Amino acid sequence: MTTNSETQIKNGPAAAALLAGGIGAVTYGIFIILAEGIKVVGNVLNWYNPSGNLSGKTGMMIIVWLVSWVYLNNQWKDKDVDFQKISTIALILLLLGVLLTVPPVFDFFIHLIPAG
Amino acid sequence: MLVTFRESFGVLHGLVFGALFLLAFSGGLYALYSLRLEWLTTEGIQEKVSKLKIWAWSMATIAWLTVLTGTYIVYPWYRAKPPQGTTDLSTFPRSFLLANPNIAGWHNFGMEWKEHIAWLAPVAATIAAYLIAKYGAKLANEPKIRNAVAWFLIVTFGTAAVAAMLGAFITKAAPVH
Repeated sequence: MTTNSETQIKNGPAAAALLAGGIGAVTYGIFIILAEGIKVVGNVLNWYNPSGNLSGKTGMMIIVWLVSWVYLNNQWKDKDVDFQKISTIALILLLLGVLLTVPPVFDFFIHLIPAG
Repeated sequence: MLVTFRESFGVLHGLVFGALFLLAFSGGLYALYSLRLEWLTTEGIQEKVSKLKIWAWSMATIAWLTVLTGTYIVYPWYRAKPPQGTTDLSTFPRSFLLANPNIAGWHNFGMEWKEHIAWLAPVAATIAAYLIAKYGAKLANEPKIRNAVAWFLIVTFGTAAVAAMLGAFITKAAPVH
């Protein structure tokens, strides 16, 4: 098979992409809590009024995701990393991000904010 | 039989982009799952990978189109505030739902979850598409990367399915006219 004889590919870029996705997802969850729990943050994230602060929450997620992807890819593009460990962390962060989109979950954290 | 301008965008968002995404998912995931050196010939892997790349980027593009049309076209109509003194709230879905405690949960839980969870689908789908494009046939010999891509795709599907299901229920309770 040609795939066997090819030079061993580095797994760093894959790990970078996955971990950046996890970081973006969990950051999104944090922005949901902050925007819903702190009025000033909610107003600041209201980038497009007809859509409300959903525009800013998702916009910030995309910025954090892409910036962390570029940074991590620059760090790991020519390296082999502990892929099993990093991909597991990335998946956990992604699932944590999913969990923080559930209203009773982000409401729980909002109630922990003094201003909320 | 009449479909209004706003309803046509609801159909585009939910029934065209959303349904296309969900329908196309399982075939692509199986193609990725079966991308193994021990199961396929070299020609088989090359042929499958070229189709997988098209599939993955199509899925990611559809996911982006779904959330962008939802957030910036349909959602503003959903959350529009009725003018002072409006008694007929049927064209203001958010206000219509919140005015009735029996169905307010479709906004407080349903729409609140839908609007947030949906945005994770295009992010995870883009990462999966990038990895399929970058590693291509090498995925057949890289089970750890292949499995990680599969898990991200499964999360993509799960988030999109939740958003689609809630969207269908919310539209039934308070459609955007």
